[in-house]
Amino acid sequence: MSSTEVLPPPSEHPKKLETLDSVVIRFCGDSGDGMQLVGNQFTNASAVFGNDVSTLPDFPAEIRAPVGTLAGVSGFQLHFSSSDIFTPGDEIDTLVAMNPAALKTNVGDLRRGGTLIVNEDEFDKGNLQKAGYASNPLDSEEIVSRYTVHRVPMTRLNRDAVAGLGLSQKDADRCRNFFALGLVYWLYDRDRKPTEDFLNSKFGKKPDVLEANLRSLRGGSNYAFSTEAFTTHYQVPRAKLAPGKYRKTTGNEATAWGLVAAAKLAGKTLYYGGYPITPASGILEELADMKEFGVKTFQAEDEIAAMASVCGAAFAGKIAVTASSGPGICLKGEAMGLGFMTELPMIIIDVQRGGPSTGLPTKTEQSDLLLAMFGRNGDSPVPILAASTPGDCFALVQEAVRIAVEFMTPVIFLTDGYIANGAEPWRIPRFADLKPIHVTHPTGKAGQFATNGDGNGEGEPEFHPYERNEKMARPWAIPGTPGLEHRIGGLEKADVTGNVDYSPANHHKMVMNRVNKVAGIANYIPLQEVQGPESGELLVLSWGGTFGAVRTAVESCLESGKSVAHAHLRYMNPFPKNLGDIIKRYKKVLIPELNTGQLRLLIRAKYLADAQGYNKIQGKPFLVHELVHKIDEVLESK
Amino acid sequence: MSTEAINTSLPVLTAKDFASDQEIRWCPRCGDYSILAQMKKVLPTLGIPRENFVFVSGIGCSSRFPYYMNTYGFHSIHGRAPAIASGVKISNPDLQVWVITGDGDALSIGGNHLMHMLRRNMGLKVILFNNQIYGLTKGQYSPTSPVGSMTSTTPVGSVDNPLGPLCYAIGSEATFVARSVDVDIKHLTFVLERAAHHEGTAFVEVYQDCNVFNHDAFLYASDKTVKADNVVYLEHGKPLVFGKDVKKGIRLNGMHPEIVELGKGINEDDLLFHDEKAVEPSLAFLLSRMRHPEFPEPMGVFRDVQAPIYDQRVTEQIAAQIKKKGEGDFDALFNHGDTWVVE
Repeated sequence: MSSTEVLPPPSEHPKKLETLDSVVIRFCGDSGDGMQLVGNQFTNASAVFGNDVSTLPDFPAEIRAPVGTLAGVSGFQLHFSSSDIFTPGDEIDTLVAMNPAALKTNVGDLRRGGTLIVNEDEFDKGNLQKAGYASNPLDSEEIVSRYTVHRVPMTRLNRDAVAGLGLSQKDADRCRNFFALGLVYWLYDRDRKPTEDFLNSKFGKKPDVLEANLRSLRGGSNYAFSTEAFTTHYQVPRAKLAPGKYRKTTGNEATAWGLVAAAKLAGKTLYYGGYPITPASGILEELADMKEFGVKTFQAEDEIAAMASVCGAAFAGKIAVTASSGPGICLKGEAMGLGFMTELPMIIIDVQRGGPSTGLPTKTEQSDLLLAMFGRNGDSPVPILAASTPGDCFALVQEAVRIAVEFMTPVIFLTDGYIANGAEPWRIPRFADLKPIHVTHPTGKAGQFATNGDGNGEGEPEFHPYERNEKMARPWAIPGTPGLEHRIGGLEKADVTGNVDYSPANHHKMVMNRVNKVAGIANYIPLQEVQGPESGELLVLSWGGTFGAVRTAVESCLESGKSVAHAHLRYMNPFPKNLGDIIKRYKKVLIPELNTGQLRLLIRAKYLADAQGYNKIQGKPFLVHELVHKIDEVLESK
Repeated sequence: MSTEAINTSLPVLTAKDFASDQEIRWCPRCGDYSILAQMKKVLPTLGIPRENFVFVSGIGCSSRFPYYMNTYGFHSIHGRAPAIASGVKISNPDLQVWVITGDGDALSIGGNHLMHMLRRNMGLKVILFNNQIYGLTKGQYSPTSPVGSMTSTTPVGSVDNPLGPLCYAIGSEATFVARSVDVDIKHLTFVLERAAHHEGTAFVEVYQDCNVFNHDAFLYASDKTVKADNVVYLEHGKPLVFGKDVKKGIRLNGMHPEIVELGKGINEDDLLFHDEKAVEPSLAFLLSRMRHPEFPEPMGVFRDVQAPIYDQRVTEQIAAQIKKKGEGDFDALFNHGDTWVVE
């Protein structure tokens, strides 16, 4: 009998099946160990089963740091639950550590009494040394007394599982991640089928590799099932999500799909000019593979060219988009200013990461809000929207496109590394139910522009590219339209005609036109909603990717009867019209942010509100308990 | 001919149709005027509707050009015109897109964009107005100013080694490379026409006189009394001959060009014959390195070869994917892969 067959449970060790409400599990190992892959597989299996899920991939900026070192540790955290969850979890219930370095960098997040599963074979002298352990921590009182430790000789067991396939030892060891995955699949009563299907489609053409990975996966399950070490396994029932059909999505994927959908809803196709940068590249990669939707992607020579090409594409009539992260957004500032000055519709996506400069490329932060607000010369405000969850990117980026084309302006769309790479269940919409986006291009026919040059109905019909409608938007006349030939550019232009004009009064008027146009968008966006009491002691005001942690913290405080409410902003510029009134209804305002207080600066300046900050700048999202603690502290203070 | 055919045929355009109503604000006797005039003459001959022309420029004196053309135009930011024009062209390959730039705009701040635009071989037409000076900012030296140039930022002479625009273009895989002089009206018209008809990116350097800050920098190539000895006109398949009496020629000595006198045992068959269609750019590069006063400077088309055109390939890939996968279906996209239903 092969080691991969499912054995009946030995009757002297009946296995218990217990039910849990939710579990947080983290896989960690060397960056070459395939932790992101198995983390994603566990997420899929849990999502397909019907749990609510929230993930936090955490990987080093280096593709392959030296094997076994602390710098090379890559982790993937998953929170799966039978109830509605908003975060990947504060503390880990189960930690899978593939080597000593992974144990050292991650064990601090494992809750007391949590389950620790390690690949014991990797705890040799060399690896212990690389991780800076003088002796084997698995023998230490500190570990043994705090956690339920499972020392699994994964390397050896896995080699046995794939024996006979003729794989080299190196290739055999490359399947170890699936052995670990199989083990925790049994532990959490997951169906292996979605992963087996994945392996079949990925390695269908390499039968040896396919068979090895399948055997590793089953081997891990069978080991956990057969060994006496694991006496109990757990189930996490389906979550009671709103009825509908779901899939898993990440922020970058949802952003890409939302953009292509928005272009279609506007009766157009998408142009995307980009340059590879972490953590935004995923959007370019996704779009490059959507050519059947008419998407044109242009990998430019640099960030500047990407942005400049977007100005050109917008002029030519495309739904034009670029995405980058902080360092790239800095480079785009000049051409963004041109887009603003020429009043062309375009979307600039900033997938924020830890700054300044190159900063923490693979870690999350919310520190580009002021860059988005002010990062151009002259008075050049642009509308700014910030997504709050991975799934939210889909709807909100469509809203960004709507604002861009209705108001003829660049729009900045902020996400962050946490949203971009994190996954959550997403209720699949029907395309027919999505809201159309109205775009009109003047055609040169009568009534669409000023019809005479001299004001007396005489002379040649003349097109006025800077005449404005009730939203103060100018017409979007595109090259190829007969009779509407006109010139635009970065120089100040005369009101209405758009001809170059440096006169003082005209400049004042044009600056105010552009500023007022953007400010006026407040009349066309939804009012800010508040969760919790309409007035009271404390308003927690947040934005962007901190939504899940802040909402969970505030809900927990509300349950314990505290006078606290939560407002989460998605429209960062202009703010919703009622925001000032909301702020006045609470005695205190707390603004938690993953920066030094950028939204707080704006709120204090605009509303003269004495808002307090709670700021974490560690490249990591907020933990719920940190926020609850801070809310308590603010409520208790005078 | 049916009336319908008459109605749908293109209106006959003239140079006047391409003049905008804006007052031209270049300095009197600036070389830009001539280039603008020749452009307005060439465009009506191309059989392209006026609304399908787009002029994109960067920053500098020459970059005001689009304001004076009654076409679609985009006066943009310093050095970025190639990237903006690329966005226009990829978005709508049916447009004929011209890039108007200068030596500072194209080769200094915009050098990176220029290189990549050229190597991609988009169907863009680039006119680089080379006056070897920053005119708009009042007379600082540029990346094409000769060593020793006395300018406001090089008061004791420039020590900055200059760059040859055509050498750069050829090194960047440009498929069409040509040169002319602002006041040589016939030749300039000819070169602009050739550029307009080239499929793929066409790059034209025009020697342009900045009569305020660098007057007569190209006198050797524009003055009728001396230019015959200082320039050599390139003709495909013809030997390189020049001089007042057409008695001089260029001969190759190994890898090096040399000036020879015709007669005295040397005839035209011994000379270098121009081949603008040569697949390898070595000859074009060699010609682009011939500089005054050591050599007569070549004028005309250095290189004119065919290569795949980026914007067309982009369009073809989309058509091929649609043929292979069918027109994109959002509901199919949203529902592919792992999904589950919550009751």
